[in-house]
Amino acid sequence: MSRQYETVIGLEVHVELATQTKIFCACSTAFGGEPNTHTCPVCTGMPGALPVLNKKVVEYAMAVGLATNCKITRHCKFDRKNYFYPDNPQNYQISQLYAPICRNGYVEIETESGSKKIGIHEIHMEEDAGKLIHDEWEDCSLVDYNRSGVPLIEIVSEPDMRSAEEVIAYLDKLRLIIQYLGASDCRLQEGSMRADVNLSVREAGAREFGTRTEMKNLNSFKAIARAIEGERARQIELLEEGKQVVQETRRWDDNKEASHAMRSKEDARDYRYFPEPDLPPVDISEEWIEEVRSRQPELRTEKLLRYQKEFGIPQYDAELLTESRKMAELFEAAAAICGNPKKVSNWLMVDTMRLLKENGQEPEELNISPEYLAKLVELTDSGAINSSVARKVFRHIFYENMDPEKYIEEKGLKTVNDESALRETIKRILEENPKSVSDYRNGKEKALGFLVGQTMKEMKGKANPEMVNRILKELLQ
Amino acid sequence: MELMEMTAARLGEEIQAGTITAVQAAEAALNRIKEKDKELNCFITVEEEAALEKAAAVQKKIESGELSGPLAGVPIAVKDNICTEGLRTTCASAMLNDFVPPYSAEAVKKLEKAGMVIIGKTNMDEFAMGSTTETSFFGPTRNPWDLERVPGGSSGGSCAAVAAGECSCALGSDTGGSIRQPSSFCGVTGLKPTYGTVSRYGLIAYGSSLDQIGPIARDVTDCALLLEAIASHDKKDSTSMPREEYDFSSALQKDVKGLKIGIPRDYFGEGLDPEVAEAVRKAADILKEHGACVEEFDLSLVEYAIPAYYVIASAEASSNLARFDGVKYGYRTQEFEGLHDMYKKSRSEGFGEEVKRRIMLGSFVLSSGYYDAYYLKALRTKALIRKAFDRAFEKYDVILGPAAPSTAPRLGDSLKDPLKMYLGDVYTVSANLAGLPGICLPCGLDGKGLPIGLQLLGDCFQEKKILRAAYTYECVRGQFYQPESSRKEGGVRL
Repeated sequence: MSRQYETVIGLEVHVELATQTKIFCACSTAFGGEPNTHTCPVCTGMPGALPVLNKKVVEYAMAVGLATNCKITRHCKFDRKNYFYPDNPQNYQISQLYAPICRNGYVEIETESGSKKIGIHEIHMEEDAGKLIHDEWEDCSLVDYNRSGVPLIEIVSEPDMRSAEEVIAYLDKLRLIIQYLGASDCRLQEGSMRADVNLSVREAGAREFGTRTEMKNLNSFKAIARAIEGERARQIELLEEGKQVVQETRRWDDNKEASHAMRSKEDARDYRYFPEPDLPPVDISEEWIEEVRSRQPELRTEKLLRYQKEFGIPQYDAELLTESRKMAELFEAAAAICGNPKKVSNWLMVDTMRLLKENGQEPEELNISPEYLAKLVELTDSGAINSSVARKVFRHIFYENMDPEKYIEEKGLKTVNDESALRETIKRILEENPKSVSDYRNGKEKALGFLVGQTMKEMKGKANPEMVNRILKELLQ
Repeated sequence: MELMEMTAARLGEEIQAGTITAVQAAEAALNRIKEKDKELNCFITVEEEAALEKAAAVQKKIESGELSGPLAGVPIAVKDNICTEGLRTTCASAMLNDFVPPYSAEAVKKLEKAGMVIIGKTNMDEFAMGSTTETSFFGPTRNPWDLERVPGGSSGGSCAAVAAGECSCALGSDTGGSIRQPSSFCGVTGLKPTYGTVSRYGLIAYGSSLDQIGPIARDVTDCALLLEAIASHDKKDSTSMPREEYDFSSALQKDVKGLKIGIPRDYFGEGLDPEVAEAVRKAADILKEHGACVEEFDLSLVEYAIPAYYVIASAEASSNLARFDGVKYGYRTQEFEGLHDMYKKSRSEGFGEEVKRRIMLGSFVLSSGYYDAYYLKALRTKALIRKAFDRAFEKYDVILGPAAPSTAPRLGDSLKDPLKMYLGDVYTVSANLAGLPGICLPCGLDGKGLPIGLQLLGDCFQEKKILRAAYTYECVRGQFYQPESSRKEGGVRL
């Protein structure tokens, strides 16, 4: 390859909003119900049924728009996108084309080469489709409309990204913003966040964009990164061979690490968009915008700075703690109760992270009461339990969200601080282990460790380790 | 007086007074249907037993005092594009031949709340597309005044049933004149309310931005009472509008002193039957004699209403009717290979010619490359028409004119030339484009003995003004004859 190429990437990100009910009816959005149980005439496209807009959807869309520096469309409208497919009960999707709710925003991303603004072209609201299930044995297809009408926002970026790294940073930024807003849990694997990648390449320094393709079916950050690399290579190869890139939609197969064409521009559908006559335009007042703005929680970037400044937590740690809203909330609540942010941070950074990793869990899945974590910190600080006991107790908090005090009492794990009793036990142990005693006295420091271990064993781990050390040294002199 | 010659209000009074029961009223209607409907074909579905059971239940509530409204116990017919829970609703289409809705339209619920008894579902043009009730999968309805003539459409079944005395009143729907034009052809009174007054929830959509359910009856009083029963602000319909008041019957006063009535000169041009023009002008004279200020004016844009209407209504219809695909309910073709073949065959076989024509027209005007030239232009025209009416209503309370350019044509004549049929909607469609209320009531018979309709249009939410004008005219005109009696006595002379 003699020429240098630049990759130009724009994303279309669909996010399922965390409302209790669907966008145009009162059916539940809960995941996993029996097929076609969360349905009504509206979301199954019965004749004569009409949509009614869920206000919460507008507020979430506005909140995401405000947090991504968008301009809110004061007079926003819905449009119908017409296409036939059985997962779409009306054979049209209510979406926004002509006056989407948010426009002209940006987010700032950090990559190794520094920070960069990624433009957001627009954010629009729309309804999700149902789910088709193909029964190969019966040679038929079934449709489940539980997901039909679940609210989505589509965030369309400008073609501002130049590498997979930037794409991942952008997606992660969006994920964090939206999670912090509580607008969605943004899980790629479960489909509550889905990204389509528009990619083209051009010779470095060229002004015109190359012909782009759109890549669908990307279910993880890793798949996205691989798909970008794959598509970039495919397009460059075409250009190097003197061929042209065809504008088309392609489907990524992550197992084969390759994509195939779904449809070209020529058979692109004509969606025959037109204004949705069943929904009047949504008038968004300045007051409403301010109300939504005022409810905006502290976002990640602000938290990151505050943790460093207010709690003296190192940047790396603060980044990890704020990586998920759940973790950050747990941290703040526990720190406020026990007044020891550093210790709380330690538990989260070390033990919590390790257990999450061991179990393949996301921080969002944490189920730990901040009160219990705070209590654990207090119990160790006061010397009521030692650190090895504390580790053991923490596992029970992590897995069962158990009250540490209760657990310690039930299991009798409180540190014994009775010095005279300890002294008696140690005397006995020294008598039973004359070899180790002489070894130590002959300069073998290691022997002390063995004696400490024997003492702790005898005390069932409840002895105060500092006290054990001190008494041992004293008696061995 | 025979029960089926009574108005709904009179029937209601008799039922409240205990001189007749709701069951007797229902029986009388059902008997009349049995007697006449083979010939007329006003009804697609009549469920006799269910109707009688309902009537008996209502009668009990009337006796216990639970139901005491003016229409309690009165039988009513409902156009077959309005969903009735458990009662087949076909839109007069093979596509929905077996469709039994799992829910009732809000307007139907309101009728039930008022204690009215639904006796059956009436014939119509397929999916309300047509002006003659000839495009019905269930065959045409005939005009009770002349069986060789059409009743108009698309609410032809409802209007003909009221004219023939098969019921005293009915619900229709009006997208471009579908209540007013058949009312004109059948010599009954029909009212299209302001857009947003009656909930569209459960009305199977044709042109969503234009559709409105309204009453059809034998006189103005019944229309006002029925409108009171069905009008509501319904949260299930986002285009439903809260109104300041839901009282319409207080407008029933014989008093038009000072009422300003405008007659669009543009309505009396080429294409209007001279007999219709004369009858309508005479009606205007009557109102003038009773104190209304009547003058002619230029409304403008009249010739643009039809193309704008057919573009918008067809565009919306092409999308609204997309849901009828053989997947979830309704007709599915017997043999097919794969999904697309199933779609194509089900829709080709399930829809009639006129429906397919409008779906194709609507899909075309929304296609990329044509959207701006047709659909967007039609929307702009709609806005201009609305402005023309705004200007007119700055000067007038009521706009008076014909409801249709002629009296009822012969069966088969209209469908031969669809374009001509479309042009027949010239006086009605603009009210839908502008969202205005309009009432049509009989104002005489032509030389062939066919009824002529007078149309009164009001500004949005000004139903009371047109009701007052219509009521005053009706008081002077006197009771309008029903088809059979009129034939005997030679019609109404005005």
